[in-house]
Amino acid sequence: MVEMLPLVATGVTVTRRGKRLIGPVDLNIEGDGVTVVIGPNGAGKTTLLQALHGITRLNAGTVRWACPATQARRAQAFVFQTPVMLRRSVLENLIYPLRAGGMARKAALALGREWCGRIGLGAAEGRPATVLSRGEKQKLAIARALIIEPAVLFLDEPSASLDGGATREVETLIETAAKGGTRVILSTHDMGQARRLARDAVFLLRGRVHERGPAPEFFHSPGTAQARAFLAGDIVE
Amino acid sequence: MTDLWGGLYAAARLLITLDPDLIEIALRSLRVTLSALAIACVIALPLAALLAVRRFRLRRATIAILNALMGLPPVVVGLVVYVLLSRAGPLGVLGLLFTPTAMIIAQVIIIVPLVASIAHQSLRELWAEYHDLLISLDTTQRQRIATLLWDGRRSLLTAALAGFGRAIGEVGAIMVVGGNIDHATRVMTTAIALETGKGNFALALGLGFVLIALAIAVNLAIHWLSRTERGQQW
Ligand SMILES: Nc1ncnc2c1ncn2[C@@H]1O[C@H](COP(=O)(O)OP(=O)(O)OP(=O)(O)O)[C@@H](O)[C@H]1O
Ligand SMILES: [Mg+2]
Repeated sequence: MVEMLPLVATGVTVTRRGKRLIGPVDLNIEGDGVTVVIGPNGAGKTTLLQALHGITRLNAGTVRWACPATQARRAQAFVFQTPVMLRRSVLENLIYPLRAGGMARKAALALGREWCGRIGLGAAEGRPATVLSRGEKQKLAIARALIIEPAVLFLDEPSASLDGGATREVETLIETAAKGGTRVILSTHDMGQARRLARDAVFLLRGRVHERGPAPEFFHSPGTAQARAFLAGDIVE
Repeated sequence: MTDLWGGLYAAARLLITLDPDLIEIALRSLRVTLSALAIACVIALPLAALLAVRRFRLRRATIAILNALMGLPPVVVGLVVYVLLSRAGPLGVLGLLFTPTAMIIAQVIIIVPLVASIAHQSLRELWAEYHDLLISLDTTQRQRIATLLWDGRRSLLTAALAGFGRAIGEVGAIMVVGGNIDHATRVMTTAIALETGKGNFALALGLGFVLIALAIAVNLAIHWLSRTERGQQW
């Protein structure tokens, strides 16, 4: 795995139609484990993750990795808020990133089958991915992101609208990846999930990092009134 | 009404007796149209995908022009191709006028905008769905186009069939550039025009029914082939 951390974002600003969606955001991400991005709807979590991943045009600021940008790009994966399913079979979905990266079909298929089994879709490998259930789609999307063994994995609300069982499966996948050395950055509205997974937390409010801190302390005794209110379940705007 | 019955009767007789002239022109119709369709698809489908995945300055203009070209009057296309291919024209040395090749060229020009427009409509929707993922995976433009063409193949088939329908029933352009020469460039539609002109309505209608049957048969065959290729619906 390439050494791409620390990730240093400086003054990152995204503006669309004259409205500032996020920024200026300064953020350092290093070490290992899971960083959790939380904040109310519209705070800019999705925009921030996409800006760090490099798929959103920045209006100001920079996102720097410890390695050259093109290399960094290939060592990252992103799981979208609504998983994108290619109109292909489950197995073909899984091997798509491998094939796009130039892996031979045979090797890709072998690895794909292994992952199919790992996410409990071994019997469904030939089924169209578009007919999977919401939870199965999400697991497939995460497996498709992990199959390239990314150094950094972004997940945008990976268990939104999943039930308890599916959420646990998704979290197991994330934790296994993190233990295997993948740096995970995820957004979530599920504070239980945030507490379970986080090594550190970023609290986003109105497009800015309002508070940032290591997990147990942040969740136990947040430093700002807004973070305290948000964690207590109050409506923060 | 009697003409219609006469037409049906003529069609039946042509088919039952396997009329050699009929077989010859029907096969030529198919050969010209399918060749034109194959060439048109090779041009139009990648173009449609490119227009979907790539933002360039003249993109909107290109799409608008394609849409406008869908309504090209075939007889004018025929005329232009005629002028280009005629002995005195810039491509006259090729000696293509009044050959099936000239007819194929004219048909390609007529159906490329149609196939490209219809294909672009559906590929644009597919691209909207795939955009985020394919950008995130850092795919090359070639890979994006290939992915859209492969995953969108069902709707592309519809675009191709629309092109086929337009080409097989086309008469104006191929009459001008082909000349409707017996045993050389006569096809179903030009034969129908000829027989109608001569007042042989029954034979003209009979040929017409055979043409319709041919078009339906090809459509069904292609649909059937695409269904057996993969049992599922997407
Ligand atoms: N392309 C765009 N043009 C204009 N506004 C946008 C665009 N994309 C996002 N926004 C706005 O930017 C703000 C931040 O959006 P973002 O999706 O990043 O928030 P979020 O924190 O992920 O919200 P949620 O929790 O609902 O997913 C929202 O107000 C949204 O409406
Ligand atoms: Mg979001």
